[in-house]
Amino acid sequence: MLFALIESFRSAVISIYAHGLRSFLTTLGIVIGVASVIAVVSVTQGMSSFIGDTFASLGSNSLTIQSYTPFEDQMKGIRARLTPEDLELIVRRSEGVASITPILYANRSSQIKFGSQTAFSQIMGTTYAYQEVSQSYMSVGRFIAQSDEATRRRVVVIGDKVRENLNLPDNPLAEYVEIGGEWFKIVGLMKPKGDIMGFSQDDIVFMPYSTMRSLQGNQARTDIQIQLSLSESANVENVVQQLTTLLRNAHDLDSDEDDDFQIQTAEQLMETFDTVINMVTVVIGGIVSISLLVGGIGIMNIMLVSVTERTREIGICKAIGAKRHHILMQFLIEALLLSLLGGLIGLAIGYALGTLISNSIPSFPPASIPLWSVALALGFSGFVGVLFGILPAAKAANLDPIDALRYE
Amino acid sequence: MALIELSSITKYYEMGDQVVKALDGIDIEIFKNDYVAFIGSSGSGKSTMLNILGCLDKPTTGQYYLNSKNVEIMDANELSEIRNLEIGFIFQSFNLLPRATALGNVMQPLVYRSIGLRKRKEMAMEALSRVGLEDRTDHLPNQLSGGQRQRVAIARALVTTPSILLADEPTGNLDSQTTIEIMQLFDELHAEGHTLIVVTHEDEIAQHCHRIIEMKDGKIFKDGTTASAKVTH
Repeated sequence: MLFALIESFRSAVISIYAHGLRSFLTTLGIVIGVASVIAVVSVTQGMSSFIGDTFASLGSNSLTIQSYTPFEDQMKGIRARLTPEDLELIVRRSEGVASITPILYANRSSQIKFGSQTAFSQIMGTTYAYQEVSQSYMSVGRFIAQSDEATRRRVVVIGDKVRENLNLPDNPLAEYVEIGGEWFKIVGLMKPKGDIMGFSQDDIVFMPYSTMRSLQGNQARTDIQIQLSLSESANVENVVQQLTTLLRNAHDLDSDEDDDFQIQTAEQLMETFDTVINMVTVVIGGIVSISLLVGGIGIMNIMLVSVTERTREIGICKAIGAKRHHILMQFLIEALLLSLLGGLIGLAIGYALGTLISNSIPSFPPASIPLWSVALALGFSGFVGVLFGILPAAKAANLDPIDALRYE
Repeated sequence: MALIELSSITKYYEMGDQVVKALDGIDIEIFKNDYVAFIGSSGSGKSTMLNILGCLDKPTTGQYYLNSKNVEIMDANELSEIRNLEIGFIFQSFNLLPRATALGNVMQPLVYRSIGLRKRKEMAMEALSRVGLEDRTDHLPNQLSGGQRQRVAIARALVTTPSILLADEPTGNLDSQTTIEIMQLFDELHAEGHTLIVVTHEDEIAQHCHRIIEMKDGKIFKDGTTASAKVTH
């Protein structure tokens, strides 16, 4: 059996080499198919591993609570809210929490002015604890302090992008910026964090939570976000359970009503992103693998032509003693080899393409090819080769030696 | 016991609603080191005879024993095997593999015997030097003359040391000078102890043989020895 395999392999190599151009054109379908699969997978996987790294920096033992309104309710004008009272309740009643930070987003994107420069940025009201929860670091100056919160001091901490947009000096400390007609002193500059999916994490302004609330006036409609970091001994699920009960009671929800808030762990957030990316990979990969199928049909077509063309040769081989399996193996291995060759070339091109794409788009994560995709691409192209090789090979093997010898 | 034993062989083809009797009750015995020619006009059944003798086809009825093996009960794979072991084919149109060298062509039947590459090469070289082509081993068939191609084909038939050499119009595509050379080679092979069966329509070729079987309408019309048989025996 091994002997027949080696001999078939030898004759397949000779035959592929003898029809160099035709073999190349035949495998082109497989080459393109595999190349596009690998390119797509390498780019999306690179993105996925990059996002994984980014989320790891968010701190794996932190929780985010935010209000959640189902779409139907939004249409009815109902909006769920998390209120400062909820925050106080959690501060007083929850266990296993190391620090709690409220985040109050400005109602709309806010204008910031420095001198003649104007920029728009996300403004967040938060407390000193945010720095620890979000694992952010200072470039210069300090983060918002407890005393800022207590006295509603008009200070801000800015991200690097904001500093750039406003043409502030490298060290912007003690400069004043204007937000909503009020003047704020800059006390700190954050270390740059980079982009996630093209969104800058540095285009942000922090001010004390209490200052933000007083600026917004005593609006009844305040909707805050709460970030928690857990103490090391705390069990995430227990804390989530406890918070859920607490908030459901506070919001007077009946047992048949759904939660009007969401508690998310950083891991959950990451999983959401991963799910999206995997879906994209599968969908694009699925579309692209159709071209593999087309490539397989191309191979079958050429193999059928090749069988017809070599009918006389097959007859000769049968006359001098080739059995059915000799001929079958010869053509099957030729088809397999053709498609595997295409798979290998496609792999190289796909990798080059993926690297090219991620290098040519700035701030795009580097391409990475997981081993499973290599195995899958080669396995699939081999499978295509065998699948579409069977018909021509069987046709060749079943030829009658007399008819085949007489074939012109 | 005879090397080849055919008893009441028939071969019928159905053409539409007509039945053509290509062979119609053939009884022949051929012995080791026989030198037999099958002659007859086209349509006489020689080609069918050749297919049956060469185990390429099976008779409709009748028994065929080749080297004491009953061919009749064999399936396609067993027929392939017996062709490989017992029969060396020499065709009118040479039937060499166009993309293999002379050496590769001669080695090919040994592949189906699972003989290793080194041993194959050795055996093929030996067969090629027997037909005088030891300096043409790396040539492709289209780089060889007609006579040389037929020599390669003969070497391919010899390399398996078969019990019969079966030649179908071996000189049909050759000029007269080459024909003489090839027939001389046949005579030598016979002298070396090989069993040769030649199917031909040329009387001159048949006269080299020691026994001529003339066929007509699927039956044996004449079966006799020739002058050359009397010379050598």
